[in-house]
Formats: sequence, C-alpha cells, structure tokens
Amino acid sequence: MKDAYTWAGIGLIVIASTTGDILLSRAMKKVGHVGDLWRRQGLLCVIGRVLATPTFLPGVLAMAVGFYSLLFALSWGNLSLVAPASASLTFIGNAVAARIFLHEHVGRRRWLAALLVAGGVALMAV
Amino acid sequence: MTFRKYLVLAGVTVFSATGDSLLARGMKGLGSVSLHNLSSLLLAILNPWILGGVLLLLAFFASYMSALSWADLTYVLPASSLGYVLVALIALLVFHEEISVTRWLGIAMISCGVGLVAAGPSLTPARKRHPASAQGTASQEAQP
Repeated sequence: MKDAYTWAGIGLIVIASTTGDILLSRAMKKVGHVGDLWRRQGLLCVIGRVLATPTFLPGVLAMAVGFYSLLFALSWGNLSLVAPASASLTFIGNAVAARIFLHEHVGRRRWLAALLVAGGVALMAV
Repeated sequence: MTFRKYLVLAGVTVFSATGDSLLARGMKGLGSVSLHNLSSLLLAILNPWILGGVLLLLAFFASYMSALSWADLTYVLPASSLGYVLVALIALLVFHEEISVTRWLGIAMISCGVGLVAAGPSLTPARKRHPASAQGTASQEAQP
C-alpha cells in the first residue's frame, strides 16, 4: 500500500510540474523576448506583462502543487526512488506535452536528448 | 544564439544547482518537519542557508522565465539538467567526494543529451495544428 501511495505521489509530481512548465512556457511565448521588452519599456512593464498573461499564475500554482507533492511523496517513499523517478519522468512528460500542447517540433534529436537526460538523471541519483 | 542568451542559460543551470544545494544544506540543519510542526517551515526562512537558497531559486526562476520567452521548452529543460552535473563536479572538486562509475555514466548521458539539443535550433517553427486534416481537405479539393 505504501508503494501505491509513493507512485501516486510521483505521478502527481510529474503531472503537476509538467502542467506548470507548459503553462509558464506558453505565458512567456505570449510575452515575447523579455530582453528586448526590458530595453524598450523597462523592467516594470516586463513584470506587468508577465503577471497579466492568463497562464502565468495557474502555471506558478501548478509548480507549487508539484513542489508540495514532492514533499508528501518523500514522506512515503525513499529519496533515492522519489527524486530520480519524478525528475526523469518529468523530462519525458514535458517532451510529450510540449509536442501536443505547445506544438513544438520535437524531432528525433530532441527525443534522443530527452531520453538521455532522463536516463542520466536517474543514474545520477542511484 | 547570442552570448547574452548563453549567459541566461548558464544562469538557469548555476542558480538552480547552487539554490538547491544551499536549501538542502539548510534543511538538514532544520531536522525533519512533520504535519504537527508546520510552523517551523515558516521560521526556516530565518536560517541564512535557506534564505540564500530561496534567493538563488528566485534568480533561477527569473532566468528560466527569460529563457522560455525566446526558446522552446524542450530546449531549455535539458540545459537546466546540467545542474546535476555541476553539483557532482562541485562535490568532486571542492569537497573531494568520490564519484561512482554509475554517476559518471549519468554525467556522460546528461552531457550528451544537452550537447545534442544545444547543437540544434533554440526555437523551432510551431507545427501546423492539424497538418493531416489540412492535407486531406486539400487533396479532396484538388479532385474534380
């Protein structure tokens, strides 16, 4: 039963942090190149523009849910399972979600990179 | 890619690695937190390690947001994973910790992944929403 809770926690972390990344990425694409905007209109305009984007705050909220799911998953399972499993599955989840929701062109090169990074992260934490 | 953009990506890597390390160092001193003493989490910000970690993670968030404004998510994320490599190298060079063969293999895999993505374009043109259905209607229209 404890295993089921741990994996449910890992699933929640992966879903929440992927959702957060997708929402934040969409928000920042809408704002446009931050450096250019800062030079032309100043920092306050950048902050205002980011906060006004409808997907920014939900994105931060999803990230927060992901962070708290991590804390709770850690109370059920070992750090040596929860941290690498959630981090590497999030890389794979993001590649799939970026293709579906952001219409990014995830070619063979980026798929291979996502798998290498996910495997590498899992090995680093063993 | 300009030098300034590489600097922002380096910021994503360095700030997340150092921020996480400081936070972990601070939380070790704090001891275990349970649901019964959640208030200790609020006081944790008074710990200089944790305060430093939080400030560095805010810097990470700013550079991450900035990178996402001009690069694909699937381009920025592998760059952020270089932080794991950085932490291992700091452990090796500064704290003289030993790195196992498995971890070296992990470092090599992450580096290869990041290299693969970095060699490609940072922003790809968005795919058409329904290329298949668009083609279908086009071929139907072409028929008399």
